[in-house]
Amino acid sequence: MEPKTKIHAENGTQELIVTREFDLPLELLFKAYAEPEIVAQWMGTKVVKLENKKHGSYAFETSDPKGNVVFKANGTIHEYIPNQKITRTFEMENSPFDAQIEYLDFEKRTDTTSKLTMHIVYRSVALRDQMLQMPFAQGINMAHNRLQDIVNQLK
Amino acid sequence: MNLRRDVFQAIADPTRRAILLLVSSHSMTAGAIAANFDTARPTVSKHLQILTECQLLEQQQNGREIHYHINAEKMKEVAEFIEPFRKMWDDRFNKLEDIMKNYKPKD
Repeated sequence: MEPKTKIHAENGTQELIVTREFDLPLELLFKAYAEPEIVAQWMGTKVVKLENKKHGSYAFETSDPKGNVVFKANGTIHEYIPNQKITRTFEMENSPFDAQIEYLDFEKRTDTTSKLTMHIVYRSVALRDQMLQMPFAQGINMAHNRLQDIVNQLK
Repeated sequence: MNLRRDVFQAIADPTRRAILLLVSSHSMTAGAIAANFDTARPTVSKHLQILTECQLLEQQQNGREIHYHINAEKMKEVAEFIEPFRKMWDDRFNKLEDIMKNYKPKD
């Protein structure tokens, strides 16, 4: 079976494209990006601010179970056309990574299905590759941490 | 890590991904592979060279012909490498889909 979410990352370019087909009407797909409380649910982060309008801005904050903030990100919305398009920047705070620009295109497929194309442009090829590798690296870190936890319990 | 990155860059190219897909079912000669693409033969040869250099493809001498086949071990490594990023978004989007399927408009 073909995976529903696809990544297209061409060699030596500073961009990547994430596509996904949804079993949702276009309006419902867009609503999941428009309403802060819904964004919070599926992104798994606290939405501190979300001004969905041209020249608006947004901010996310994620805490661990102990309440320590582990992730902070923010960006500016450059274009906001309901059920059609969102153009925005995304920047991770307290990180060495430069802001990226994201073009989100929402398309109607049928009355009950829709498609999202997320085109992300990074400052450099190296940064793109680094971001692409991050979940892989985090996976390794998590495995190490789990191992560390187990080792600590043995002590 | 450097080798991994080379492998990663190798599969980032759409033609090279298509070649890997093609060869994954059975081993093929360079000519047979090139016949599947509109691209010029030297271009396909270059792609084959890159894929061989980063060990995604292996060459096998069959009489006078050289057949290319997939190096399954290496492919597995690559799949695991890019998969976490895809999976991260797939998980988020699956969640989004579930939430919106049960969405009831307010008021």
